[in-house]
Amino acid sequence: MKHKVATTVNGRQHEHEVEPRLLLVHYLRDVVGLTGTHIGCDTSQCGACTILVDGKAIKSCTMFAVQAEGKSLTTIEGMAKDGELHPLQQAFWDEHGLQCGFCTPGFIMAASYLLSQNPNPTDAEIRQGLEGNLCRCTGYVNIVKSVQSAAKAMNGSKAKAGEHSATARRS
Amino acid sequence: MAVTTMIGAKIHRREDPRLVSGEGRYVDDFTRPGTVFLAVVRSPYAHAMVKSIDITQASKAPGVVAIYTHKDFAKVLSGTMPVTPAFVAEKKQTPPRFPIADKEVVYQGEPVAVVLAETKYQASDASNLIDVEYEQLPAVMDIDKALEAKSPKVHTGGPDNLGWDLTYIPDDPAVEKEADVVIKARILQQRLAPTSMETRGVIAEYSKPDGTLTVWMSSQSPHFVRLFLGGAMGIPETRIRVISPDVGGGFGCKISPYSEDWLVPAAAKLSGRPVKWIESRTESLQTTTHGRGQVFEVEAGAKKDGTLVFIKATQYLDIGAYMGTFSAFQACACLLAGGAYNWKHVATRTVGVLTNKVPTDPYRGAGRPEATHLCERAIDLLAGELKMDPAELRRKNFITTFPHTNHFGLVFDSGAYEKALDMAMKIAGYETLRKEQEEGRKKGKYLGIGLSSWIEICGFGPSAATAPATGGIALVESAQVRVFPTGSVAVYVGTHSHGQGHDTTFPQIVADTLGVPYDSIELHHGDTAEGPAFGYGTYGSRSLAVGGMAVHKASKKVVDKARKLAAHMFEAAEDDVVFDQGHFYVKGSPDKRKAFGEVAFASYGAGLPEGMEQGLDAVAYYDPSNFVWPFGTHIAVVEVDAETGHVDLKRYIAVDDCGNIINPMIVDGQIHGGIAQGISQALYEEIVYDDDSGQMKTGTFTDYMVPSANEFPNFELGRTITPSPTNELGVKGIGEAGTIASSIAVINAVCDALAPFGIKHVDMPASPDRLWKQIHDARGTNHDGKGAR
Repeated sequence: MKHKVATTVNGRQHEHEVEPRLLLVHYLRDVVGLTGTHIGCDTSQCGACTILVDGKAIKSCTMFAVQAEGKSLTTIEGMAKDGELHPLQQAFWDEHGLQCGFCTPGFIMAASYLLSQNPNPTDAEIRQGLEGNLCRCTGYVNIVKSVQSAAKAMNGSKAKAGEHSATARRS
Repeated sequence: MAVTTMIGAKIHRREDPRLVSGEGRYVDDFTRPGTVFLAVVRSPYAHAMVKSIDITQASKAPGVVAIYTHKDFAKVLSGTMPVTPAFVAEKKQTPPRFPIADKEVVYQGEPVAVVLAETKYQASDASNLIDVEYEQLPAVMDIDKALEAKSPKVHTGGPDNLGWDLTYIPDDPAVEKEADVVIKARILQQRLAPTSMETRGVIAEYSKPDGTLTVWMSSQSPHFVRLFLGGAMGIPETRIRVISPDVGGGFGCKISPYSEDWLVPAAAKLSGRPVKWIESRTESLQTTTHGRGQVFEVEAGAKKDGTLVFIKATQYLDIGAYMGTFSAFQACACLLAGGAYNWKHVATRTVGVLTNKVPTDPYRGAGRPEATHLCERAIDLLAGELKMDPAELRRKNFITTFPHTNHFGLVFDSGAYEKALDMAMKIAGYETLRKEQEEGRKKGKYLGIGLSSWIEICGFGPSAATAPATGGIALVESAQVRVFPTGSVAVYVGTHSHGQGHDTTFPQIVADTLGVPYDSIELHHGDTAEGPAFGYGTYGSRSLAVGGMAVHKASKKVVDKARKLAAHMFEAAEDDVVFDQGHFYVKGSPDKRKAFGEVAFASYGAGLPEGMEQGLDAVAYYDPSNFVWPFGTHIAVVEVDAETGHVDLKRYIAVDDCGNIINPMIVDGQIHGGIAQGISQALYEEIVYDDDSGQMKTGTFTDYMVPSANEFPNFELGRTITPSPTNELGVKGIGEAGTIASSIAVINAVCDALAPFGIKHVDMPASPDRLWKQIHDARGTNHDGKGAR
């Protein structure tokens, strides 16, 4: 038996009929077709599937799609605005906060919620705030730097413009 | 070299905009029209006979397309999974491995049947309805017991459980007598799950009319998979295309081919539908190869003045139920047991032992973390016996002249070990730390300082050494450079980038070699349909020192041809043409110059020199003359809470030397990640099986601890640069360095912290419960806390 579910994903409205047991992460990836939200475990430890549900960070493998009825969802694909990277995306790029990139969407979403709650976190607060997300490549050093850098940019007079290209950038 | 503006520069990664935008494309992000989803039915037992498989219920389940077992796969797959000779050419026994079990299962998770269904939920549902009847057999779980004559066999009908037994260099009792102090240690290298955040996954599509097979998979070495898969399926390589797109980490566990790499393509051929399988995390922990899984018996001796005399080590390696493709590579630990030091004698032996567990295979460092661990632990134990500062004992015995040939005939290309030690001690404030330690101990505060002066063999490798190790294919590397008429450049390589940033760093090399703008260069990798006929893949910190050199070599071939053409255009002798900063000119006339792009355009036109073909492409295979030998010193500073056994890693200092650097940002990133994995082995991670049943107890992330950001401090990095004389770029490798160095830096620090209790050894992971018990045993307090303090 299928259930109707209506959601808003990254500002666009969607309506689908889904199995009641369909996980929200599978709904986003397989039904809506947004594959930026990743799956790294079966038990809600890794955080790769973190998205925002009505502005709050949620591991989308812990919800059924039908529980998202009427909710506004933001995924990594919804972070850049008008062709400009979100300051967190820009900061992860600037600070080498990713290597294989698989965990990165989840980290960026979790960090965006963290900064919405605590715009000036200490390093320790960042480490604690992101403990629900696992990364195997970076040793977290540059992830912490990235979140600090984004916090500064978001608090500063003007966020650095995102250069959404592969042009050589030095620093 | 034409220009040197890009090599060494901190260039931000060009792969990042797509990866931070959710536009990376990993295997699970692809679906072919008409795809069916595959679920694997796996043995719940470590060792059992398969009595029957009943598919009646499952085949009636909604959406089920097909169910296949051994007898079906035997029609389309032949031979056994590959096992390379690696460092142990002669094996006592190599149990034949077909990708799916027939009558006997020998580890928990071994495939027994597969289900194909229209959706992944349906495939999973139906897989639970397959009724397999097993007759359980005794599981061989302990490597000591496995070697006893009365032990049950891992494979019924096997002669015993010995995989290999090879002595590289025997003991020398005469030399051993020269030692005034001797230490012994038994070092356990626990099994680890490599744990790339993206699990494995395979999609396969078979075209019956064309007889072609296309496979998308998460792999570090797609060309090797194509080679082996072609053999297993009887399809020529020209009709197999393996695409390894964005890959979410490898760490060694995506080098060797797996059962599913055979079963998914075979199922596509059998069913006539594209087939997709994505590994769950539990499947990953149970069936993706593990790392380490070794025990070392170590003995070392020194003279009273601190002169090192001998070290000897026996490696007992838990092979698992089958030999991993590169399992025996881990025996390289035996060849580096002497580390960075001069010893009069080094003796080593490796013993491979079969058990009813998933096979072990290379995991980040593969043999070199184990070598560093045993050697650096021996040094600290000797320092303790000699009442010498561990830094001083190291300094006194470092190898100082290069090239240095070690006891096993390996030639260390360059090094400056003392310099790295000095820098690490300076960053750490070593003397101050020692004073703090002394003060702290008076107040019951147990600070520990652990050193690790590591070396590494990497950049695999010279054909003469590596072709015998793989059974014929040398681990050289290939690159193709194609210059288009406008002067833009496409580079195709046989290495694979899954986090290492090759899309950025290889074009940095090309930009300097060709003198063209970095932005006009595109890198392609991971698709066997593109580029040279064979690529050797990414592992063993080889991509730059071997693959980067292939890119450099192919680029130079392009310049050589362009120079000939430029000379013709200038009507000058080739020797008189200068190539500088991306421009050609005749000696003495730098104002009349032609840009590389102009020459590229001309190469596609008329009026070329006689005999010259159009175009400006080149292919190069680079065969290094030697391995490369990075090194460094790491220092861990810990505080152990004697009441709880908790280890607080307060600081971590790393000074590493990987020769010349292409992009410092990426080098630092590699070191960070490597350090974290080694720390994690020291303190957190461990695959645990039940000794009797062979059931894995750590089958999810709730039980297998992958540490979060909260478990680490920031790492303090320093760097020395000692170029490699082995290659023209002067580069070494850095992918594994952090892991090679860090587990023992932490363990030495923990042992140092616990020295006041007389504790000289801790097993990994040095978890609070383990340390708490050791501290209480040492104090003579009972575990119920009522004993005397």
